[in-house]
Amino acid sequence: MNLANLLRIAWQALRRNITRSVLTMLGIIIGVGAVITSMAIGAGAQAAVLAQIESLGANLVVVIPGAISSGGVSLGTGSRTTLQLPDIAAIAQTVPDVAGAAPYSQTSAQVVAGGSNWYTAVGGTSPSYTTVRSWSVAQGRFFSQAEVDQRAKVAVLGNTVEQNLFPDGGAVGSTVVVKNVPFKVIGVLAPKGQSGFGRDQDDIVLVPITTLLDRLTGQTWVQTIFVSADTPEAVPSVVDATERLLRLRHHLTVAQPDDFTIRNIADVQQVRLATSQTQALLLAGIAVVSLVVGGIGIMNIMLVSVTERTREIGLRMAVGARGRDILLQFLVEALTLASLGGLIGIAIGVGTAQGSSALGHWPVIVSPFSILLGFVSSMLVGVIFGFYPAQRAAALDPIVALRYE
Amino acid sequence: MTGASQQLAPAGPRPSHPANGEPMIDVRDLTKVYGEGLTAVHALGGVNLVVRSGEFVAIMGPSGSGKSTFMHLLGCLDRPTSGSYRLAGQEVSRLGGDELALVRNRRIGFVFQSFNLLPRTTAQENVELPLLYAGVPREARVRRAQELLEQVGLGDRRDHRPSELSGGQQQRVAIARAMANGAPLLMADEPTGNLDSASSVEIMTLFRRLNRDQGITVVLVTHDANVAAWSERVVTFKDGLIIDDRPSAEAVAPAVREGALRAASSGEARV
Repeated sequence: MNLANLLRIAWQALRRNITRSVLTMLGIIIGVGAVITSMAIGAGAQAAVLAQIESLGANLVVVIPGAISSGGVSLGTGSRTTLQLPDIAAIAQTVPDVAGAAPYSQTSAQVVAGGSNWYTAVGGTSPSYTTVRSWSVAQGRFFSQAEVDQRAKVAVLGNTVEQNLFPDGGAVGSTVVVKNVPFKVIGVLAPKGQSGFGRDQDDIVLVPITTLLDRLTGQTWVQTIFVSADTPEAVPSVVDATERLLRLRHHLTVAQPDDFTIRNIADVQQVRLATSQTQALLLAGIAVVSLVVGGIGIMNIMLVSVTERTREIGLRMAVGARGRDILLQFLVEALTLASLGGLIGIAIGVGTAQGSSALGHWPVIVSPFSILLGFVSSMLVGVIFGFYPAQRAAALDPIVALRYE
Repeated sequence: MTGASQQLAPAGPRPSHPANGEPMIDVRDLTKVYGEGLTAVHALGGVNLVVRSGEFVAIMGPSGSGKSTFMHLLGCLDRPTSGSYRLAGQEVSRLGGDELALVRNRRIGFVFQSFNLLPRTTAQENVELPLLYAGVPREARVRRAQELLEQVGLGDRRDHRPSELSGGQQQRVAIARAMANGAPLLMADEPTGNLDSASSVEIMTLFRRLNRDQGITVVLVTHDANVAAWSERVVTFKDGLIIDDRPSAEAVAPAVREGALRAASSGEARV
């Protein structure tokens, strides 16, 4: 009995009772569908997290001021004014494996250009910012260290700001006014898209940090320091060295806590990555349970089918079927049932993943591996749960089977 | 395992079988015991029987006489507890399950009281079944099944399912199936038990024709003297032993026999 004949017999048997076949397949359909969907959503979420790390700048370490605590009242992280511009230069010069360090302070303001205006974030930083944030300039240039030192009134526009203020182009060379201070536009940043939290990162105007502090905010301290390590492996040592350097520079004794907080972006993203992996694992667990339940359903129906067709089995044996012919017949039937369910499950899983992506704006990635996994696991379920009923069929005594009522 | 290594003759449309008069069935001291110890049931207690090729034998006896058990042993559906059974010269009493399946496939055709056709499967596919297990290629299978259905007068019912056929027609499909691999031995278990008398005559006529025209050995189990009357020899069982074995002319009452012969001649005129 060759495979083509076995498949034909299995197909005929399954077609005889379509409703029952479909209901039997349901468990496998749901299981495989869940495998495909969960893997697609999991992979999509991971890719999104990795893309966030990319967009934030790889190997990024963020230093923010600590909290003021006086008389038992804490004003919260970032309320201290201890981070100074010289700290940044010191980090860049003395901490090993540092690719760059850039200050960053931000205010919000109405930016006016000729007839149009736009309310946006105005950030002050240094030329290292482009390195640290892996952010390039699309038109014109970024400001230089000399311009920072001179408190030059120059600005680099984010893509969104440029689109709104200069819809017809020609931003570079024109003038924008921020809080009554005219700035010459020297460049436009390349688009960077949304941050991990949905904020439009391109809705920004960048000016030299010195200019921002002196002319726009009047602050003397820096809100944030971005430090970029040379390699991902160097991030922990950069964090340590930065902490030691800042403690030294801020004259903190051993007993005093840090007056700043260092955040390692990669760590934050790792946590989020782990969370998304946990979710994917949970979904995969549900999928496995569903596959097992589906398998039990197949076994159940195959046992019923073997009992119902006892006389058929006896007759087949009487006309020359060997035990193994009967075993194969029922095994192939279970396998066909399971893999058919697997194929439908794959279709539904891919559909659900794409649908939820379209409706919920989630990133999904349907990998060929997940499809293969779904199909192989459905076949496996068919073989494992189809074997016992098939074996029972093959072990029947032809005489008893022929007489069965 | 005396016969385990013996090879069966290759299956052909008409396999070579022993010349007329050679033993087709040669049974010596055949016993069958079900269960063990005190509860053991001796279904057959040492049966000897020789059926020559081309014979038409009826096996009779009351229920519980052991005739069904004997039939199962002759049909290679079961193995004897002891004794020897040579089928067309081959010792088959100690063969394994797969070898018995092969013997059933190539050497024996079965016809049952309840037809045992696969439901929701066409007459054509039912007849193809033994050919499928014999590994006959599809085209040859289809051709052979068509041929057989024409032989039993159902050439125009190939695509009908059992539920669309009368009892007599279903039994004819079963007979076509039994002959599919050119088996030299046809075994029938109450083949007319579920049929009206007209269909019975039809079926018995077919058996007689196969026996006379093609030299097929026919062994049928029945408790109906009208059916036994069609045979040439009647073997009677009682309590697991053969108690009578004689030509049907002697075994069956003359009136019954004449009725069967009349039916036979008119039946043959019709078929």
